[in-house]
Amino acid sequence: MATITSSEPVKGQAIKAKRFHLLPASISYLQATPLTLILGGFLLLPVLMITVVSFWDYDFAQMYPDFVTFNYTETLGSWVTWKTYLNTLKYAFMVWVITLFVGFWVAYFLAFHIRTSAMQMVLFLVCTVPFLTSNIIRMISWIPVLGRNGLVNSTLISSRLISEPIEWLLYSDFAVVLAMVHLYTLFMVTPIFNTLMRVDKSLVEAARDAGASSWQILTNVILPLAKPGMAIGTIFVVTLVMADFSTVQVMSGGQSASVALMMKNQMSLLQYPAAAANAVVLLVLVLLMVAGILRIVDIRKEL
Amino acid sequence: MHKAAEIDIVSVSKVYGSTTAVDTISLKIPGGTYCCLLGPSGCGKTSTLRMIAGHESISSGDVRLGNVVVTDFPPARRGTAMMFQSYALFPHLDLVDNVAFSLKMKGIDKDARRAKAMDMLRLMQLEAYATRRPAQLSGGQQQRVALARALITDPEALLLDEPLSALDPFLKIRMRAELKKLQTSLGITFVHVTHSQEEAMALADIIVIMNDGRIEQAAHPRVVFEKPATAFVARFMGDHNVISGRVTKSQGGEMMLSVPAGADFVATGDNGELTDTADIAIRTDHVRIGPPSEKGLGFTGSVTNVEYRGSSVKLSVNGAGIEDFTAIITDKDFFANPVKVGEAIQLSWGREDAIVLGRLKH
Repeated sequence: MATITSSEPVKGQAIKAKRFHLLPASISYLQATPLTLILGGFLLLPVLMITVVSFWDYDFAQMYPDFVTFNYTETLGSWVTWKTYLNTLKYAFMVWVITLFVGFWVAYFLAFHIRTSAMQMVLFLVCTVPFLTSNIIRMISWIPVLGRNGLVNSTLISSRLISEPIEWLLYSDFAVVLAMVHLYTLFMVTPIFNTLMRVDKSLVEAARDAGASSWQILTNVILPLAKPGMAIGTIFVVTLVMADFSTVQVMSGGQSASVALMMKNQMSLLQYPAAAANAVVLLVLVLLMVAGILRIVDIRKEL
Repeated sequence: MHKAAEIDIVSVSKVYGSTTAVDTISLKIPGGTYCCLLGPSGCGKTSTLRMIAGHESISSGDVRLGNVVVTDFPPARRGTAMMFQSYALFPHLDLVDNVAFSLKMKGIDKDARRAKAMDMLRLMQLEAYATRRPAQLSGGQQQRVALARALITDPEALLLDEPLSALDPFLKIRMRAELKKLQTSLGITFVHVTHSQEEAMALADIIVIMNDGRIEQAAHPRVVFEKPATAFVARFMGDHNVISGRVTKSQGGEMMLSVPAGADFVATGDNGELTDTADIAIRTDHVRIGPPSEKGLGFTGSVTNVEYRGSSVKLSVNGAGIEDFTAIITDKDFFANPVKVGEAIQLSWGREDAIVLGRLKH
């Protein structure tokens, strides 16, 4: 028996060796090639180009290959930039807090209070339905709702709760944050839901067996275990908000600025190297934020 | 010393929608005993345990612990502690915090609860791993942590849901011994759910055999093995041949059974009622090769399978209207007079080895 079983794999290997003349190592490289090409061509190369261009000189009509640092010194030396960054960070923080709160409870409800997995999936798909329309459309749809003569104001006036339309509903920070929360909450729901679905339900029973109240179960068991999902959701939301320009432009009516909006304006003035320098600064800032999040929460188990 | 509570289950049922998982069972588990709930999967044993623990609502009936009716109490107020099948250790806490969890929930301050948790870990010989997370431990160590966590509340009864099923066979036997030792030293009531007869026999003071939501028999392992109450018990415990047939005569604690298209058999005992049919059990290891001492205590059949087991040989025999009759013969007896597959063989047993089995009233 022993001789038969040991000779068979040897035969199999011999056949394989005839078919493939590649070394095992080269096969692995071959498998990694498509992704390398895509990431290299569409991520690494553009980032490199932006970095290179950020050191170029420019005037109203053209860019000149050079190595100058005034794009950076101008960007970082201007109080407008600092104010814009602070404004963007303010949006990011507010949207993060609200989406985290809403996202956690939606995910918690889906994962722990819906009994059947079929119903969970149905409700989760319901959450994604708004994503079937474009971002811009969903954002613009807020205008007839929040406008001076919009749905909210006219309802409040006709029910005599207010006599004058509320001005801050549209074209304000409120409108920007509201639209962003609407656009990005699902990016928080999904990773938290995913994490909570993997939490062993018997942990909740074990906690209850140990005398924990529902609140104690939430704070001592579920919240700590939801942290990786929250971290991933945070990365999504923060990076999306930091890079957002259309929501800020439309919902603030041009009254507020964000970093990406600033870059867009620079580009429309053909100041590409200045915009590139701005982009590099923003990239570094966002990467630092992501690194900070990863230092606080270990998300490796979720990947 | 812990107080050991008697657990009294009175006509308890559990109904899920239209299916009845546990059907009006009554059971008294004396304080300080090791009780095993044994049965095939889906027999209601886990539901019963979870109802005692308070993790499952009781559809009807009552559960008493000591003198207290705990039917509507939350788990933590019952004086029971449960050890979960997968241990359910908190993956984000180290061992000390895992063990101290229930003390934290009670609001005991950090130093006191950590000190008590360390004592518990020391008892389980895990103090060296106190700062580790559960994922960094082996299965046996995780089980000891789960035990420590359950016992830190000073429960009157410990409820264990298939505690050994996640362990490899070698560890299973070692942890089994540790469980028994722990129960003896703590003196509290253990209720242990298992589907392994061997485990139940090795551990239990009382084996409760369940089938289809009902208790088939609740008795000391020796009674369960030697005097199985029903055909289900005899088959489930193994080592018994169960023969069903028509009752032809029943008098003086003896019964004559006639197998369709086959032989007649005599068995001692009485199933207490005048039914047409009855089941009898014959211990496989009490069957001998040779002619019966009197009529009805043996038959002649053909050997369908011979299995060598070292100290014994297992024969499967068909004949006299009986399919797959098993005889365990000692190796000495077998090799003194070996038989081959297809050969005819005479099997017999003693008068006291054939017993009449009862039936549950449905």
